[in-house]
Amino acid sequence: MLEKALKGSRGYGIWVAFLLLLTGIGFFFYWKQLDYGLGITGMSRDVSWGLYIAQFTFLVGFAASAVMLVMPYYLHDFKEFGKITILGEFLAVSAVIMCVTFVTIDLGRPDRVANLLLHPSPRSVLFWDIIVLSGYLLINIVTGWTVLESEKKGVPPPAWVKPIIYISIPWAISIHTVTAFIYAGLPGRGFWLTAIMAPRFLASAFASGPALLILFCLILKRFTKFDAGEKAIQTLSKIVAYALAVSIFFVLVELFTAFYSQIPGHTSHLTYLFWGLEGHNMIANWMRVSALTAVAAFILLIIPKARTREPILALACGLTFLSLWIEKGLGLVITGFIPSPLEAITDYIPTGPEIAISVGIWALGLLLITVFYKIFVAVRTET
Amino acid sequence: MAPTRREFLKIAGVSAAGLVLPPLASVFAGAQAGMPAAGGVAPTGSDPRSALTAKRWGMVIDTRKCRSGCTDCIDACHIAHNVPNFGNPKDEIRWIGTEKMAHVFPAETHPRIPESIKSLPIPVFCNHCENPPCVRVCPTQATFQRADGIVMMDYHRCIGCRFCMAACPYGSRSMNFRDPRPFIPKIDPAFPTRTKGVVEKCNFCEERLAQGILPACVIACSEKALSFGDLEDPGSDVRRVLDGKFSLRRRQELGTGPQIYYIL
Repeated sequence: MLEKALKGSRGYGIWVAFLLLLTGIGFFFYWKQLDYGLGITGMSRDVSWGLYIAQFTFLVGFAASAVMLVMPYYLHDFKEFGKITILGEFLAVSAVIMCVTFVTIDLGRPDRVANLLLHPSPRSVLFWDIIVLSGYLLINIVTGWTVLESEKKGVPPPAWVKPIIYISIPWAISIHTVTAFIYAGLPGRGFWLTAIMAPRFLASAFASGPALLILFCLILKRFTKFDAGEKAIQTLSKIVAYALAVSIFFVLVELFTAFYSQIPGHTSHLTYLFWGLEGHNMIANWMRVSALTAVAAFILLIIPKARTREPILALACGLTFLSLWIEKGLGLVITGFIPSPLEAITDYIPTGPEIAISVGIWALGLLLITVFYKIFVAVRTET
Repeated sequence: MAPTRREFLKIAGVSAAGLVLPPLASVFAGAQAGMPAAGGVAPTGSDPRSALTAKRWGMVIDTRKCRSGCTDCIDACHIAHNVPNFGNPKDEIRWIGTEKMAHVFPAETHPRIPESIKSLPIPVFCNHCENPPCVRVCPTQATFQRADGIVMMDYHRCIGCRFCMAACPYGSRSMNFRDPRPFIPKIDPAFPTRTKGVVEKCNFCEERLAQGILPACVIACSEKALSFGDLEDPGSDVRRVLDGKFSLRRRQELGTGPQIYYIL
């Protein structure tokens, strides 16, 4: 089936070339990073994780969100999702590949990455994260590819694939839970030390993932002959609305616990995140955008008249994506380090090379999604 | 002569560690089965004539003796361990630093504490925790705890993921964000330099203990503010100091069990 990705329209060619260029630029700066060290980024002794690990965290959510299609379709026999479930699985595959890339480029000594397997450490949450992520990648490649291939041949999918699909449902929950545990189990970081970290991760993932999927469906409808169908998209948009509501609720719950108890170790991080501390308010400015866009997206999504109009739906999904990207792809990781254990407020500003590398990995992911979706559309519209 | 003997001690210690490695770890460790892993023994046991040994090493810092502006302990440590000086806080690597009381003991500081105590420069180290979160989170066992309590780093195994830096509630760890070697004022060949991309921290001078010498910071302090010894031995220096004074440990409530005690 891979050959179907090789030929396409002129627009497809330009798009692929553009993504390849961005990936190439990212690779160039990664080469520089290998030479200079991670000091090329904005990370410091105080803020020792930055954009890379934040993107990883955000993207695990995308991978997990495929379950929002798989579960209704395979467990509840919701037929309308039959057309797009494979899109969700391919989104998951691309997202996990991006995750793994982000973690790898964040290593100080990537040449020693094999030590993770040579000296496995079951007490480390990272050990379990590697297991669940690689398992999830495998599951989605196998199920997505097998189902699509059966469709191409015009036969029902083989029976052995069903149990794997069922396993993928709790497995999807596990990848985001284990990723949340990376943060939630650390004794000295009050901002992350919260039992609702994993539920928060899942809620925001189930909003941002389907929101992006809706955007992809709308793009496919516009530029290809594939139409996901009104009902599938409207159901997805309701999933986004509910998940976004839960996500906003969880953030408010965190704010209540911190600010009503008024324990400094808990309030200081949230104060920094939303209002800034001692004049350091770069993240706070971003978070204001995040809060406003979340509320705006939610209002647009709960009004049926707005939600059913495609341009407004696209806007609402774009706002959801932006809001949750700021919250998780920027605020969540960095704020855990500010103030530091020694009460220092050290700003973190990603550098140019760091942003170029991150954009390069996003472009690589989009390229994978483009290729997968191209094959998918070709199979769907030609058979 | 000295380096040769040191090398011998290292090899002897490493071989001793290999004998008692947990079976599971040695299966996976494969070719590197000789490397010390979690639960390994102290290499200090290899030469009973001169090595200093303990059941649990610990330190007491009498901050009342610290002079404002004094950096003797820091300088001695950083010279002995080839710690680079980048001259900027972003890339900074430090094994010992000094901080104000409000930053070291935020929960114990209150407005009525006299200025003379509040303005004390308090030295901060790796706490060599009894229950170290950094060891728990390390995905390669590059950081590990010896039987005598010293929390150590294997610079050859560290992959630079910095999970330990996020896990440490004391800010005791530093990352080599750049190649440190050009920034080491004077390289001491007796101690290994590190490469870019690995994490490092205070090692309680295990390399000196193995030769029967007290940690560099303890010796460098002309005011004798630092005491070092076996916390399990009632006759040790540290126990004598602790028995006579009220002492504090940093962020006691976290359950990490720091082995550095402060008298303010």
